[in-house]
Amino acid sequence: MASDGFLEWMRREGRIVIVGASLAGLRAAETLREEGFTGSLTLIGDEPYEPYDRPPLSKQVLLGKATADRTALPRRMALDANWRLGVAATGLDMAAKRVRLADGDEVEYDRLLIATGVHARPWPHEAEADLDGVFVLRTRDDSAGLHRRLMAAPRRVLVIGAGFTGSEIASACRERGLPVTVAERAAAPLVGALGGVVGQAAAELQREHGVDLRCGIMVTGLEGDSAGRLRSAHLSDGTTIDADVAVVSLGATRNTAWLAESGLGAGPRGIACDAGCRAFDVRGIVTDDIFVAGDVARSPHALFGYQFLSLEHWGNAVAQAEIAAHNMISASSDRRPHLWVPAFWSSQFGVSIKSVGVPSLGEEVLIAQGSLAERRFTGVYGYQGRVIAAVTFDQTKWLEFYQRQIETAAPFPPAFPTVDRRPEGLRPVPADFPDPSLPTHGPSVTLSGYSPTDRRITFTPARA
Amino acid sequence: MTQGMLLRQITDHANRADPYPLYAELRKTPVSQQGDALFVVSTYWEIKSLLHDPRISSDARNLSPQAAGALPQQEEETTALPPAFLKLDPPEHDRLRRMTMHPFGPPHTPRRVHNMHGELARIVSDLIDGFGDRDQVDLVDNFSYPFPVTVICRLLGIPREDEARFHSWADTIAASLDPDPDQDPGERLRVTQQARTELGMYLSGLIDERRGAPGDDMLSALVTDHGPDGQMTPIEVLSTAALLLIAGHETTVNLITNGMLTLLRNPDVLKRLRDEPRLAVPLVEELLRFEPPVQLLPQRTTLADIDIAGTTIPKGASVWLVLASGNRDPQRFLDPDRFDPDRKDNQHLGFGSGIHNCFGAPLARLEAQLALTELARRLDNPRLLEDPPPYRQNAVLRGPRHLNIAFDGFRA
Repeated sequence: MASDGFLEWMRREGRIVIVGASLAGLRAAETLREEGFTGSLTLIGDEPYEPYDRPPLSKQVLLGKATADRTALPRRMALDANWRLGVAATGLDMAAKRVRLADGDEVEYDRLLIATGVHARPWPHEAEADLDGVFVLRTRDDSAGLHRRLMAAPRRVLVIGAGFTGSEIASACRERGLPVTVAERAAAPLVGALGGVVGQAAAELQREHGVDLRCGIMVTGLEGDSAGRLRSAHLSDGTTIDADVAVVSLGATRNTAWLAESGLGAGPRGIACDAGCRAFDVRGIVTDDIFVAGDVARSPHALFGYQFLSLEHWGNAVAQAEIAAHNMISASSDRRPHLWVPAFWSSQFGVSIKSVGVPSLGEEVLIAQGSLAERRFTGVYGYQGRVIAAVTFDQTKWLEFYQRQIETAAPFPPAFPTVDRRPEGLRPVPADFPDPSLPTHGPSVTLSGYSPTDRRITFTPARA
Repeated sequence: MTQGMLLRQITDHANRADPYPLYAELRKTPVSQQGDALFVVSTYWEIKSLLHDPRISSDARNLSPQAAGALPQQEEETTALPPAFLKLDPPEHDRLRRMTMHPFGPPHTPRRVHNMHGELARIVSDLIDGFGDRDQVDLVDNFSYPFPVTVICRLLGIPREDEARFHSWADTIAASLDPDPDQDPGERLRVTQQARTELGMYLSGLIDERRGAPGDDMLSALVTDHGPDGQMTPIEVLSTAALLLIAGHETTVNLITNGMLTLLRNPDVLKRLRDEPRLAVPLVEELLRFEPPVQLLPQRTTLADIDIAGTTIPKGASVWLVLASGNRDPQRFLDPDRFDPDRKDNQHLGFGSGIHNCFGAPLARLEAQLALTELARRLDNPRLLEDPPPYRQNAVLRGPRHLNIAFDGFRA
């Protein structure tokens, strides 16, 4: 059959291009070779570095226990590939099957994998963001720069945003003995990811470790001296904080701007794809030669009502890259779905935090084991009478069990006793996530055109 | 053959040398009822899942009267020592284990085991030197036993002159872990209790000494540490020390002896180890899969009805997890009956899993790696004099009682 012939040719001498030379890109490339792809393989990365690991950047590197230039990802194999590092992809011509590069070059592909990940959301006021002492933390260079500054014993570090990265940075600062203020818009740290009940435990953890934690507050302005060095920050409650380092930890934005005119279904929330990692075009039609993996992908998950999930998870990047790579060189009947159960970990203030499932879907949370007060517990999230997620603080070893509960849609609240259920865990309480009906700065989509051939979809920033 | 008969065959000493065909038989029913309130789990994924199941308790007080009656012995309730954390559930388990981990491993003492490397190597070397001019030895009596006993005594800070007494107490107590239905429970209970009492008295004397004059050993740390969990009570120190002592060497003896036996049965691997000592790391992992020193965990009980693999284990039942059978489950490991030190993805159950995952695993690994590498390097043309060797009674902590080997001489 003709299509079989194509696949055979594709595996033998096709051209595969991977845009994004980080964790997902590397693992996909390795998987392609492991599965017998012998054609040409090109990896394009906008940073000049070989693929490196990010989790140490907000932990060990800031503590001086590792250096940013020595976090290269271990290779599973010697990889026969063309590396185009230090040059960003700037455009995609889907019809001609070509990726445009910043240096004016173009690379042709038969199959394309997009694994461009995310970048840190910058401080919105450009002049303030440019002040000396204002950082974001996403890349190797970010981490090395911040570490150097922390070594210079700043008077105070301001962390803006108490999500996982912000909390880890605050933790590293405290471990170094630096005074640190954390400013968080929500009522507690980690609220967006884990809800208010668990967030409260995280807040107490921070305060116990000497963090000046300010919640329910926004940073309204950063102020520098005449030499352009950060001196202080103004908060929405009218107070001012003297700080010479500020780390902006306001989450991440998907690296999709380069696809703006391409016709691919790529927007600020990522690139939509099917469970087999095939990208949708902007019309919602699945492509067969463009695949996506890692933080930049949004794919429907059967376990969570087929919602399109976009996960900034290390393990997801690996699993999705492997599936994408397999599917790129497999016949449709041999393709596999990406059914990874979301899992996430963080390490802060001496506590290991891990979660499985999608806590933010949870309506209620039950402390199934351990105790919030001891900061060692397993919290189980319920959604419409079933277990939807779990989080552990220093109780990692139970997580596997709750993952099975999620996978089997076990009833919530759990009806059984456990080896360690304290009185506080006997009843579920509202998980206390921010009200999803409140407007956020999420993007939207508009339709234009009238005749079927003219109908167009455009991603549009939300109206202010 | 009925399932009940199978279990009897597994505990029958006649089948000790090679229980693996029986395990294969057992795996035909992943979760099988073996008596009124006794359930045996023999397949990898089911064991793994139960080891992480918070509805499974390690505390014998949760057994139903029916299940408790079916068990051969419950010696600990009648002795002065409270159960060590091995037989407790959270939160007590977690607190005691944490406090014990404090002077032993990461994050507080990450280099304790690593720093023992030189001392361990010296002990191994001295023991081999001690073979003298003999051209055959019993590896168990002359090497596998004295090595970990010496190590655990050094770790705890027990004077060398007392090691012989420990050997005998530990032997007796470990034997009591064997759920052998044929033995007279009354007599065994009495002997075990006596050993526990003597060990307890000895240790409490030592603990008093260490409190007054602490050293760099773990016992001193346990009596003087003031961590976030507070301090152990004297009785907790006692039962923890006893646990470390028993668990710390009854298992390693078998790991090393089984290891040498397996190497002598696989001369190509033995030769490879001699030429490339780094093979020791994956080789010990494969040993832990292939011939695990702890064959089964007979002390779990259910806090609720649990549906697993088409069976409902009722609340209060006694659950035996046959780790050694899970390790040979063809659903999990390719060609599981083959000893393959190059095996990939070797997530064996040799150290258990979950919160009771072997506390001493880092030390046991290092001991076995050093011991086997050095035996392979120094013994010239070693060979088995008896195959299979005579086995100890214990079906849980399974291993040869003697391993008589011959060799042509030593390398320096």
